[in-house]
Amino acid sequence: MYSSWRKTLVCVAMIAFAAAEGCSSKTNSSTGSHSGGAGAAAAGDSVIKIDGSSTVFPVTEAVAEEFQAATKIHVTVGIAGTGGGFKKFCRGETDVSNASRPILAEEIALAKENGVEYVELPICFDALTVAVNPQATWVDSITVEELKKIWEPGAQGKITKWNQIRPEWPDQPFVLFGAGSDSGTFDYFTEAVCGKAKASRGDFTASEDDNVLVQGIEGNKYALGYLPFAYYEPNKAKLKALAVDWEKDKIGATLPSAEAIIGGKYNPLSRPLFIYVSKKSAARPEVKQFIEFYLKNVTELATEVKYVPLPPAAYTAISERFAKMKTGSGFGGVPEVGLAVEDILKREPK
Amino acid sequence: MDKQTAKIVARRKLEDRIFNALGIFCTLVALSTLALLLGDLLVTGLSRIDWQFLTSFPSRKAERSGILSSWVGSLVVMCVTGCTAVPLGIAAGVYMEEYGRKGRINTIIEVNIANLAGVPSIIYGLMALGIFVYYLGLGQSVLAGGLTLAVLILPIVIVSTREALRTVPVQIREAAYALGASKWQVISHHLLRYSLGGISTGVIIAISRAIGETAPLITIGALTFIAFLPTSPLAEPFPEHLTDWLHSPFAVLPIQMFNWTSRPTEDFHRNAAAAGIILIAVTLSLNAVAIFVRHRVRRHIKW
Repeated sequence: MYSSWRKTLVCVAMIAFAAAEGCSSKTNSSTGSHSGGAGAAAAGDSVIKIDGSSTVFPVTEAVAEEFQAATKIHVTVGIAGTGGGFKKFCRGETDVSNASRPILAEEIALAKENGVEYVELPICFDALTVAVNPQATWVDSITVEELKKIWEPGAQGKITKWNQIRPEWPDQPFVLFGAGSDSGTFDYFTEAVCGKAKASRGDFTASEDDNVLVQGIEGNKYALGYLPFAYYEPNKAKLKALAVDWEKDKIGATLPSAEAIIGGKYNPLSRPLFIYVSKKSAARPEVKQFIEFYLKNVTELATEVKYVPLPPAAYTAISERFAKMKTGSGFGGVPEVGLAVEDILKREPK
Repeated sequence: MDKQTAKIVARRKLEDRIFNALGIFCTLVALSTLALLLGDLLVTGLSRIDWQFLTSFPSRKAERSGILSSWVGSLVVMCVTGCTAVPLGIAAGVYMEEYGRKGRINTIIEVNIANLAGVPSIIYGLMALGIFVYYLGLGQSVLAGGLTLAVLILPIVIVSTREALRTVPVQIREAAYALGASKWQVISHHLLRYSLGGISTGVIIAISRAIGETAPLITIGALTFIAFLPTSPLAEPFPEHLTDWLHSPFAVLPIQMFNWTSRPTEDFHRNAAAAGIILIAVTLSLNAVAIFVRHRVRRHIKW
């Protein structure tokens, strides 16, 4: 009995020792990190820190993976969301920020306050797909005006049946699926369709997890919903995408496809995704190298993770923008929809 | 037995049986949910678990990615959590049970600790973001993550320490005092040893709660893609890198799993299920260790 107690005592002593170790390092760190700035990583400053949108994450993850394999330089990527990412970025805590929308006015102000200058780089496209159940044989295309009629806040409780949108559609209530209100997808869809970000009816099944939307639409003949193009592609057999007709661009109903998106024909539901690079970080050779690597390989890697790359000419212009360190945003803090790549690039960052 | 009594007995027996059936039903609901969940996870994920899965970093290709950085991350964060919460929690528990005077202040502290155990974990995350990450300047490091979870499980450790101390019979204390032992001798020679089983059970259950936490770690900025491990404390030149791992960025298993479930393709969902199996296996084996320790310690106590 005695020996077993001795064993446990040794264990306790070891824990205590480890605790003391922990405490001593705690004091080290609180003194050490004040000099090294917030969150200096173990490997020193050579780690490239990226955070932001979970929509952009798969692309940046793919680039980071290849970059690290090629150069052995460490890269970390988080998913704090576009807003959360900008909060860190504008405080100067991260080197690169993933964003599914342009930087907003208050974020620009925060960056200015902390002396953070940045270069805005569009890197690929994301498109929202309006999808229905494959059994919904009555519908192949829908206009933005009709989408607005379904989704605008005033439609809640009033517009509930398919034939209220078009008389020839069935006299059946539709079941709506859409993005959760914290996601960039929700912001973009409502902005593009209803004219105002976050203006949406509330009586639909909302989920932050797009796979839930796929299952929902798949399981109901009278379902209608919207989800990112990257989620539609692998689920083509389960969902039917609708061609979207935007009255303003007079192109006619267009189905979502890589070609249509690149060609600027799938508007207003395609949107550019961005990365923002801090000017101060870009002065570090490894960050510069990472961004150059990013722009060089994003076409191939974005396609691989089911996103739509920009046309090749656009990347030349974007690389030039980075090389010349043109800081600022081309959007002036106000989000816009339905812009073609050329329009985005034509805008001088301010 | 007259008719009346027989009737009453029959009714009581019926009530008994109804309650019995109800109890079995409730247990089955809970158990079958768990079984279904486990079964689903196993069917989806088991075939994905292999050596490659355990030793690879995350990747854009589902079949090439693994959980190396996240399980190592979980492990080192738990190390920090354990090393902080256990001594602090036990010391606080001993103080409150043995030294603290029973007064109004003690009552307030007690009520607060009991309440802390029920505070949603995201609140701890926000507090940690303010205090550890920014005010103390620890950044998004293993140390900050570990301390956050330590604060989270501290109430559990304190409460279980106190419960365990209370189970030691009063005769043991009195006997020790009678032999002239000081208060500290009574505590260290007797109380702590006899209650070790209960304390370690509490500690292990607290750790297995912490290992599944996602929300507070996302709040303080745990990462999703990280394809390198913290620097080994034994790295050359030797003593220089001893504490580097504490300042390293990290990812943990539940975050990796969460990220995979939200991916569009099926093969990532299989990865998520596989990561889930590993996480459940770790939690269950921690619980098994708790049961084993309790059993072993109890066996040696004969009073």
